[in-house]
Order: sequence, then C-alpha cells, then structure tokens
Amino acid sequence: MTGSDFDALLRKTGMNRRSMLRLMGMGVAGAAAVPLLSSCTGTSNGGNTSATSTSTASAAGSATGGSAAGGGQVGGSVSFGSNLSDEVPKKAYEAVFAKFTEQSGTTVNVNTVDHNSFQENINNYLQGSPDELFTWFAGNRMQFFAEQGLLTPIDDVWAGFEDQYSEGFINASTAADGNKYFVPFYNYPWAFFYRKSLFEEKGYEVPTTLDELKTLGATMQADGLAPIAFGDKDGWPAMGTFDYLNMRTNGYQFHMDLMAHKEAWTDPKVKTVFDTWKGLLPLHQSDPLGRTWQEAAQSMVKKEAGMYLLGMFVGQQMPTEEYDDLDFFAFPEIDSTIGADAVEAPIDGFLASSKGLTDQSRALLTYLASPEAQLQYLGGDPSNVAANKTADTSGYSPLQKKAVELISSAKNISQFLDRDTRPDFASPVVIPALQQFLKDGDVDSVTNSLEDQAKTIFV
Amino acid sequence: MTGSTPIAPPAPRGGAPAAPAKPVEIVEVKGKLKKLSTTDKVVIGLMIGIPTLIEAVLVWFPAVASIVLSFGNWNGVGSLARIQWIGVTNYQNIFEVDPNFWPAVQHNVLWLVFLAVVATPLGVFLAVLLDRETPGSKLFQSVFFLPVIFSLALIGVIWQLMFSPEQGLVNGVLGTDIDWFGDSGINLWAALIASSWKHVGYIMILYLAGLKGVDPSLREAAALDGANNRQTFFRVVFPAMKPINIVVVVITVIEALRAFDIVFIINKGNNGLQLLSTMIYTNSGAAARVGYASALAVILLVIALVPIVTYLSQAFKEENR
Repeated sequence: MTGSDFDALLRKTGMNRRSMLRLMGMGVAGAAAVPLLSSCTGTSNGGNTSATSTSTASAAGSATGGSAAGGGQVGGSVSFGSNLSDEVPKKAYEAVFAKFTEQSGTTVNVNTVDHNSFQENINNYLQGSPDELFTWFAGNRMQFFAEQGLLTPIDDVWAGFEDQYSEGFINASTAADGNKYFVPFYNYPWAFFYRKSLFEEKGYEVPTTLDELKTLGATMQADGLAPIAFGDKDGWPAMGTFDYLNMRTNGYQFHMDLMAHKEAWTDPKVKTVFDTWKGLLPLHQSDPLGRTWQEAAQSMVKKEAGMYLLGMFVGQQMPTEEYDDLDFFAFPEIDSTIGADAVEAPIDGFLASSKGLTDQSRALLTYLASPEAQLQYLGGDPSNVAANKTADTSGYSPLQKKAVELISSAKNISQFLDRDTRPDFASPVVIPALQQFLKDGDVDSVTNSLEDQAKTIFV
Repeated sequence: MTGSTPIAPPAPRGGAPAAPAKPVEIVEVKGKLKKLSTTDKVVIGLMIGIPTLIEAVLVWFPAVASIVLSFGNWNGVGSLARIQWIGVTNYQNIFEVDPNFWPAVQHNVLWLVFLAVVATPLGVFLAVLLDRETPGSKLFQSVFFLPVIFSLALIGVIWQLMFSPEQGLVNGVLGTDIDWFGDSGINLWAALIASSWKHVGYIMILYLAGLKGVDPSLREAAALDGANNRQTFFRVVFPAMKPINIVVVVITVIEALRAFDIVFIINKGNNGLQLLSTMIYTNSGAAARVGYASALAVILLVIALVPIVTYLSQAFKEENR
C-alpha cells in the first residue's frame, strides 16, 4: 500500500508554501544548501521515535543505546530512516522493530519523515548525515543511488539468505555493478481488480486475452456499467496501464529498454501500444483527469464500474466486511508470442547508506529479510505480500495467496514506470504527456513529445 | 520696580546662562561622538553587516548560484565538479522542446490579467464600501478577510468540496455535471475563482488601511465644492492613495507570478494548470533536474524583476519628493 505511487497522493497534505520555498531554495541554492537541508530532514521532521520498549532492551543495549541515540552509529543501536509516515504502516513497523529488539537487544532509532518530503529530499538526505538504513524501492530508483556511490553494498549480508529469495527479487536487488544493495521486504501486484459478487451476479467470465477483455467491456457497457474504472488526476495511475500494454505488446525487455531510453518513443512498437490504448479508452471511465484513484476505486466498490486496473492497495477502499469480495485477474495477453508472464509488482525494502555497515545494522537487515519479520509486518498491513519465498502463506487472505501465485509465476517483474525510469523523466515529462494523450488520443503527438523530451534528459 | 524687573529676567534668560549653555552642549555632543566612536563603529558595523550578510547569503548567493546553475546539467549529487556545463541548452529546451512551458507562461499571464482586472478591483470596491462604517461593517470585514487567514490545506479542501464533479456544491446548486478540476478548458478558471477568493480579502484589508489614513478634510473640502461620492473618490481620494495603489499593483503582480498553492493542491500543476512555479517544483525535488529547474527559476526571476523594479523606482521617487 505504500509505494512511490502514493507520492502524488500524499503531496496533497505535505505541500505548503514553506516546503515550496525550501524546494526553490534547493533548486536554486544547489550545493550550498545541501548540508543545511539534509540536516533539516534528518532531525526536524519526525524526531526520533524509538520503537522499543525499554524493558526489552538488554543491558548492553540500554547502556550504549542512550549514548548512541545522537549519532546512531555505535553500540547497541541502529538508526533507521523511514518514510512510513502513514498510520497503518508506521504501527506495523513499530511492531517489527519491537520484535527485533526483543531478540537481539539492539535498539532501533526510527527517524520517521513525511512520506513525500522523504522522497523529495532523498538526494540531500543521502549526501548529508543519513541514517544507517532507510526505506526505499527497488529498480532504477535504487540503481541511481548505487551509481552515485551513496549506498553500501550488502553482498555479505545477502549471503545469509540468498536461497530464500526467488530470482526476480535477487535481480531487483542487484545494481549494474553486480553488487547487491537492496533488501526486499514486501511487494504488491498490479492487476484488474473486481468484485466477485458482481461477476457472479452478471455471469461475467474472467478474460485472458485482449479480445475477451473488449468483449467483456462491451457486455458491461450494455449492462449500464463503466467497464474499467479510471482516475488519473494525480498523473501516476495511467503509468500502470502503459506499463502493462507495453509489456504485453512488446515484451518485458523492450519495456525496460524503453525506460532506459535505449529504444525510441517514436518506435512503431510504441505507437502500437498507444493505438491499442486508444482502442481501449472507450471502455474506461470518461473524464479520468478530474478523478482520483480513490474516487475511481469507489465506483468499482459501488458496482458502477466493472473492474479496475490498479495496485493491490485498492483494497483499502473496500469496506472491511466486504474485503473478501475483492478479487483480481492478471492483465490479459495481447500477443500470444509475448505471453502474459510479466507482472508489475513494485518492491519496497531497505538500503544501507554510505555510512557503512555495523554488526547491528547487519543484524537488522538479516532480520528484516526473514519471513517472520515480513509476516509480522503484514499482520498490520495486509495489502502486500512478503518478499521472502519461504514465508508461510497459510495465514494469508485468499487475495494475498493469489497475489503470491501471480508474482511467483512471473518470469519478469517490473517496478512501475516511475521506479523503472529516471525520476527527472517520469514526473515532469511522462505524467503531462500521458494526460495529454488521455485528452486528445493523438498517438503521433504523444510519442513525438515524449521522444523530443527524452532526448534532452537522457544525454 | 519697573526698571529692575525687566532688566533682571532678560539677563539670565537670553544672555548669560544661554551663552555658556550652548558651547557646553556642543562639547557634550562632540564628547559623546568621540567617546562612543569605537562602540558606535562596532554597533553600526554589526547593524549594517549582519543584514548585508543575511541578504548576501539568503538572497544574492542563491540568485547568482541559480543563474550559474541554469547553464549546467547536474543531478544534485556529488561535488560541483560533476556539473556538466552545457551553455544555454536548458533555455533552448525550455523554449523549444518543453510542451508545458508556453502554456505555463500563458496561464501565468492569464492569472495576472484576471487578478488585475477582476479580483483587485473587487477588493478595492469592497474596501470602499466597508470604509463607510455601515452597520455590520466590522462583521463583513472579518468575513471577507477570513480566507486570507485560512491555511492552504484548508482552502484546498474547501474548494475540492465545492468543485468536486460528483459530490460538489457547485454542481449540486447549478444542477450541472461539469468536471471543474479535470476539464483543462475550465479548471484554470475554477482555480482563479478559488485564488481570487483569497486575493480579494487581502487587497480589501490593504486598501481599507489606506482609506483610513486619508485626511478627512480632503473629503470635506470636496463635499463643500459640491462633488458627489463618485467624484470625491475618483478625483480626490484615489489620487491621494497613490502609495497604497502602487503597493496593491505590485502585490497583484507578485501574487500572480508566484501562484502555486491552489493549483498544486488541485492536480500538481498538470493538465491545463501548468504554471512556471509548479514546473520549477516538478523539476526540482525528487526529479533533481537542478540545472533545468534553475533555468526556469531564472526566467521567473526575470519576469518578476519588471514589477519589482517599477515598484522600487516609484518608491524612491516618492522619497525624493
């Protein structure tokens, strides 16, 4: 439920004129402001909230924990930068850390920063005085910092649990230099979500090909439903539609090459994707640019729309007592030679900053990679599934079980457009371009515009 | 009696005591100057130095750094040596490639025109009405000023509720089905209404303060000369309010250029709501396109300089008079 996908949403609350000024200052003052700003993010935003209860800290832990609270580097404690500012994940993390302290006697000093500020200040944060470990995402967003030398490789830590992760996760944790930097914690799939009761009531069949999807859409329209719920006010949800259409039409590798701008956006293959999308637009809810994903989800919940392509966090919009009525099917196949085995399932996890590793941070990373830590977390936040493949799924809801099945059967896992490509391309360029396309449906114009701008950014 | 009394007082009053008193005073003043000169120098040095330093560090350095960075390509990571200097490429890309730039300029201009032609005159009008001390004047003042006090988050929530397509008050009252914030042909106007709601109250208070400061005798004189209310305002009061008028104009211009908050709350400055300020925001922050965002900031700075310079030259002219 907490992905970069939420950034846009959370900006709503995180934004004010002061943070604008801060950012203006950041863009404007550049280097001079770096140490200043990063120290701000480190200390002012959340303060230190120790996730431990003092009774569980061992003698060594409590003796050194106090002195370490300031620097957070020595003794029996680890400093941990968290962007989990929402109530549900924050509580879930506190429970995880409490367990860790109970087992190891190591205190975790959690520095919680507003989700959105964390993302926006990450550059300065990592160059200033970062915490030893921090929450982040797999994919290009990890790769970028690894290339800049702002992370510590953790291959030795990985050696302890490598056999517990499937290949997709190992690849997602490895940077271009061959080192591993990332510990996966959980992920969630993107798929077409729908209400079982609606499908049963109307006798709808789950589509497995694009044609079947179109037929189903036509039937739903005849029944007075909007076939596919859609809201793109915040700009990012449409990225998921593009990712899937591109991966199903041109394959995972082409998609990743396009994200790295090794392929041109004006390539006829990309135009085919937009053409297909254009053909599907009549099945989508109209006027998506004025609707948030929550509003679109509500229309699915109220059975005004038949299905909704979104991440599993869509479940948050379901009334708790009806949660079991939520189901999903994978994005249908478009080209039988390409198949449907690529899944979009953004992974959240942890990185070690350039401060290096201590015994304590190694222990915490190992613990966080374990199935018990991940299940402990999911107990408080059930809209994800554990990354560790040995995690016991017997306690999962049917929806979670299905998600595990979908992800583990996937040959390739993408991380979502804004994590798979450069951040300076995703939000300033792709969001407005896709929104323009949703308005005018002009395939040539959107591909030309994306290519022209990509050329100025990927240099 | 008559002889001694007149003579005696003038002597101490004008002559004897006065003569020694004056030199003493001068000496004292001179002495003070001399005595305090070292401390004074320090104090004066600090009083000038500290603001200058603050100004230099917080205003001039960022402004100059921003201009310099606008000629580079940098992701904000690592040493300054990693900046690639690419000349005016950022500006070229902004003017020629970026599809958001010209709409953003257009929207900023439209914003300015709307505030100047509709919102500001409305604020002035309200101020003139409320200046008449009609019953309930204080209440209305508070009501109109209230939006200025509200936090931006609250304003965002209020207008989201007003304009929401499905649950909004506006559509409910009008019986329409308009997508106020989603339709790119309309959402700028919706944002302008929300923004004016705040701007009107601000201008009203400024102008009201100015009106209170106008010498009432001017109005009386005008009334005696047979001027009616309208003539009194336009021919007498309005010209007398010149300093306030300049402030109001400058504030209107600056508000239009730095417009950001409401648009950002609506949709982060996309889809028909592009503004220069939201573009700077999107390109800085997580995107870390430092050079590009700086170039945008420089363009905004240049545009903003025009009214600021106009204001300053006006202000200095007033002082010189």
